[in-house]
Amino acid sequence: MVNITIDGQQFQAAEGQNVLQAALDNGIEIPHLCYHENLSSYGGCRLCLVEITRGQRTTLTTSCTYPCLEGIVVRTDTPEVLKARRLVMELLLPLAPEAPQIQALAREMGISEQRFTEEEADNCIRCGLCTRACTEMVGAQAITFSGRGYRRAVESPFGEEAVDCIGCGTCVYICPTGCIEMLDRGTQRTLPKWKRTLELKKCTKCGWPYIPFAQIEFARQRGQEPPAADWFDLCPNCR
Amino acid sequence: MVGFLETVILKSVKERGGPVFRLNSVGELEKLRAEISEKRDTGKPCITTCLGTGCHAYASYDVYDALAEEIDARGLKEKIELRGTGCHGFCEQGPIVVIFPSEICYCRVQPEDAADILAALMEDKVVDRLLYEDPVSGQKYEREDEIPFYKNQNRLILGQNRLIDPQNIEDYFAQGGYKALAKALTDMTPEDVLAEVKKANLRGRGGGGFPAGVKWETTRQAPEKEKYVVVNADEGDPGAYMDRSLLEGNPHLVLEGLILGAYAIGAAEGFVYVRQEYPLAVDNLSRAVEQAQGYGLLGDNILGSGFNFRVRIKRGAGAFVSGESSALVSAIEGQVGEPRPKHINTAISGLWGKPTNLNNVETWANVPFIIERGADWFNGIGNEGNKGTKIFSLVGKVNNTGLVEVPMGIPLRKIIEDIGGGIPQGKKFKAVQTGGPSGGCIPEQHLDTPVDFDRLQELGSMMGSGGMIVMDENNCMVDVAKYFMNFLKDESCGKCTSCREGTKRMYEILEAITKGEGRAGDIELLEELAWVTEKTSLCALGQTAANPVLSTLRYFREEYEAHINEKRCPAKVCKALIRYTIDPEKCDGCGRCQRNCPEEAISGELKSPLVIDTDRCSRCGICLEVCRRDAVVVE
Repeated sequence: MVNITIDGQQFQAAEGQNVLQAALDNGIEIPHLCYHENLSSYGGCRLCLVEITRGQRTTLTTSCTYPCLEGIVVRTDTPEVLKARRLVMELLLPLAPEAPQIQALAREMGISEQRFTEEEADNCIRCGLCTRACTEMVGAQAITFSGRGYRRAVESPFGEEAVDCIGCGTCVYICPTGCIEMLDRGTQRTLPKWKRTLELKKCTKCGWPYIPFAQIEFARQRGQEPPAADWFDLCPNCR
Repeated sequence: MVGFLETVILKSVKERGGPVFRLNSVGELEKLRAEISEKRDTGKPCITTCLGTGCHAYASYDVYDALAEEIDARGLKEKIELRGTGCHGFCEQGPIVVIFPSEICYCRVQPEDAADILAALMEDKVVDRLLYEDPVSGQKYEREDEIPFYKNQNRLILGQNRLIDPQNIEDYFAQGGYKALAKALTDMTPEDVLAEVKKANLRGRGGGGFPAGVKWETTRQAPEKEKYVVVNADEGDPGAYMDRSLLEGNPHLVLEGLILGAYAIGAAEGFVYVRQEYPLAVDNLSRAVEQAQGYGLLGDNILGSGFNFRVRIKRGAGAFVSGESSALVSAIEGQVGEPRPKHINTAISGLWGKPTNLNNVETWANVPFIIERGADWFNGIGNEGNKGTKIFSLVGKVNNTGLVEVPMGIPLRKIIEDIGGGIPQGKKFKAVQTGGPSGGCIPEQHLDTPVDFDRLQELGSMMGSGGMIVMDENNCMVDVAKYFMNFLKDESCGKCTSCREGTKRMYEILEAITKGEGRAGDIELLEELAWVTEKTSLCALGQTAANPVLSTLRYFREEYEAHINEKRCPAKVCKALIRYTIDPEKCDGCGRCQRNCPEEAISGELKSPLVIDTDRCSRCGICLEVCRRDAVVVE
């Protein structure tokens, strides 16, 4: 454990743990969009900026990528930090102006007008939560970033059907702006963004088409503890 | 035992030129060097043709072939040597042919000049019409080193380019190649090599200017045993080609530096990350690695010293950001070239988490000279805190464009006026852009500033890797900022919101200003965006991306204001803000402009003053160029 100071308060934190998590664990709120405690830190959205002093050096940096080291002093609310965060938020806002979570965060930061506009906003803020969840949580690696700079977007490989997508929907649940759609119609599940359509298996008891066959196959082959052979016959409600 | 791979390599080296045998000791290397020197009759004339990329574009391969045919036709194959070399640097005057030992330099040589060159050579004469003529004084120069462009330089690193066929290791041996390595392996411990580089105060030539020796020491002292050394050859600044010319023209120099670094640091494996867009550099470097392996200068037990070191070449796929150290590490590992947070330096945790020392091509090329001639000698070049030379690619509105190597600390003015020969057509100097896209523009009043890492930074620009773009009164600084911002918005990797969106928004604002759609408050908004991009981005690309805007605002704010407030482009560049008209007093109605206008926007009776229809005019400027009476006016 190491001793760190956040906004004048002393805390103990595991060495190497990221500063953002240490702050959140101790009830100190730092806004963030691309961070998830079960995923690797990415440092892309730049909202969790804080000021960190280590020895003689003070830097403005993202708290989600900065490790807790003995004696560091973290300030989460200096005028510079707040100004930087607000500007970053202003840059993010036009990408997903209708998303409730983005609007709420912008309001909290005191942004009342939108200074920049985007003609063709696709509601994706390029936070990369979906790609990391798909790779690190699910293990399917079905989607990734493509393109550079402002052309960067999350896509299926080569913009064609994401053949490795198992239709589990993790990307849909984790997306902070709701820009990934998942539609279940009859026994078919479609994720239009990944150009993927999958057949669903029905629950043998209630008949609800509840899980893609591809996901069952994936769980059997790649799951750490392969479930019993008849586990997927029943939906969660009927088990 | 010779492994399968080695056999293949030896075979391919044999196929690619001459007998190959392994050198098992420093003594054997020196013996080979003596044999090569003896074999080369120094009295025999040698015609060299630059086959670097600049001259290649001027068809220097045709010149080379024509010279070869002419030598053959005259039956002089035994009496005259013909050699294709790397870039001489004076690209403006290409294709360049230099004859040794007289060092007579011919410029802009065409294949049909071959006969005259040979005839003159046989009669000990000079082809006067092919000599370099100073555009200002009109004076002609015979020898390459007399030409003002070369005379004012100190071509330490680039100097061998003109003497060496980069595909022939014997040429490098003949110039004293691998002497530094031999010295290090026999007389110096790795600690000695490191100490010498530290003492030489060699600073990283890739732009950062960080002391190379300190970086080496960090990697050397890192606890992990497995270490790597890397040549960063991902040169990507628009208009810059120093590293390219070095790799193309003298690949063994860079390799020797790398081997020395590996020896000092304790690395057994090295990588060269080079752009795929540099095909000749990739080719020459690959040959050089094969040749060095064949001679036992790479591989196991180098020169019988017990030191093992291998080099692999990784080709980049053309991302500017991959030149950033942590992105380059990702790219070599086979991942997307994207910067990572580096609270722990790549020097300690780089490739596959192992200590990795990255240096730029030019930095590595300095090392053999430092080891061979000593740190004290090196410290005699340059100014306080900035030792040695620096190569710049001098381009833009300057008479002599090309690669320039000067001791650090010489004034900018000397580079632009003495070496560069000033601004063409008597135009007025306006600014020089240094440091590539993330650098800045330096105006006239700072031209006497010594060029070094620290002083350029004080002026709001930077040394960068050595790009130098000269601009005259016809360059609009808002347009220049827009150009660089366009490059940066395309080359940002897109990870950080601040860099991805910040560069895009700054570009949008700059574009609006140049279109005459600028609004009050735009300058302040640009400053805000510049601040957030600089302050909150992860890597150096984002942190410096605002420099083109900040430095033009710092020195040329009134140009921005003229665009925004008066809808006027003072340099008469921004098409939306200028108008072409014809002065009826001067126009004699000759109709040249009318015939050449692609928009058919010029009308009127011949032999009487013509009129431009502003609505149809696309502001291409052809009328201005073709008018013989200066009757076309831009306002």
